[in-house]
Amino acid sequence: MAKLTFKTDECKGCGLCIEACPKGILRLSKDTINKKGHHPAECADPEACIACRSCATMCPDCIIKIEK
Amino acid sequence: MVVFDKPHALTDVPLHYCPGCTHGIVHRLVAEAIDELGIEGRTVGVAPVGCAVMAYDYFRCDMIEAAHGRAPAVATGVKRSDPEGLIVFTYQGDGDLASIGTAETVHAAARNENITVVFINNAIYGMTGGQMAPTSLPGQVTQTSPYGRDVTQCGYPVKICEMLSMLDGPEYLERVAVNNVKNVNKAKKAIKKAFQNQVDGKGFSLVEVISACPTNWGMTPSQALKWIDDNMIPYYPLGVYKDRSAGIIPGAKEAAK
Repeated sequence: MAKLTFKTDECKGCGLCIEACPKGILRLSKDTINKKGHHPAECADPEACIACRSCATMCPDCIIKIEK
Repeated sequence: MVVFDKPHALTDVPLHYCPGCTHGIVHRLVAEAIDELGIEGRTVGVAPVGCAVMAYDYFRCDMIEAAHGRAPAVATGVKRSDPEGLIVFTYQGDGDLASIGTAETVHAAARNENITVVFINNAIYGMTGGQMAPTSLPGQVTQTSPYGRDVTQCGYPVKICEMLSMLDGPEYLERVAVNNVKNVNKAKKAIKKAFQNQVDGKGFSLVEVISACPTNWGMTPSQALKWIDDNMIPYYPLGVYKDRSAGIIPGAKEAAK
């Protein structure tokens, strides 16, 4: 199973990872606000991740780490 | 097993760019190329004036900050001090490379200086607040062209790849974009090739990256990426403009007619 890790405090909530995800399982967290004052990206369904790297390819801040 | 992580050549300093700015993607692609070629210890980067002025904080290799537009001239000096040992790259925006630094860019290319130039074209001056750039599209609304760029008064955009491809000097010129996963992967290949050319001693390599500036374009990050597809790419077609080793030499073809 793939494991996605976000450096939540560095996320600027731009949402480019959400658009890039072919599975549509990423979203901006509604409940949390990070140090920068943004709603950070998170994975809604870790089980469905196929580790395709699309989110990490589009992330401008390089905050996503993917393990398999 | 780690499938994807931040490349070693990028430091842990958080990037100062606006949300959705694609500078970060291009920084990562440069760092990945440095990692994959194993040249971090002998690479020297030259930062521009513009949004990427603080690039020296983000790359783990040695960095120099050049005067506005003069990065290719500084890079020439560094490279000539140790042509065999050093790998030198510049990272410049359109206000830096295509405006105040046009002379340095053109002559570094004409001399076939063995350096790598990464050119970010986002059609606007980002750091100073969204003024019209030499690469702004005809009709594009900016702070200094509120009714759209009027080409009768301001002239036409500068197409750097097309312009330099007519010179005999440069080894490799390619225009890429970073507005979707497929284009980012192509951009990565181009940037890596530009560094590989320098390692192989082939000469001047420039990669023009069509990039987004959501803040100054007045769009959301995803609208900005779509705007690249709809407006930027039709005006600035992607592709290889010159690759001497692969036999793509438009200048020679024109001259032979």
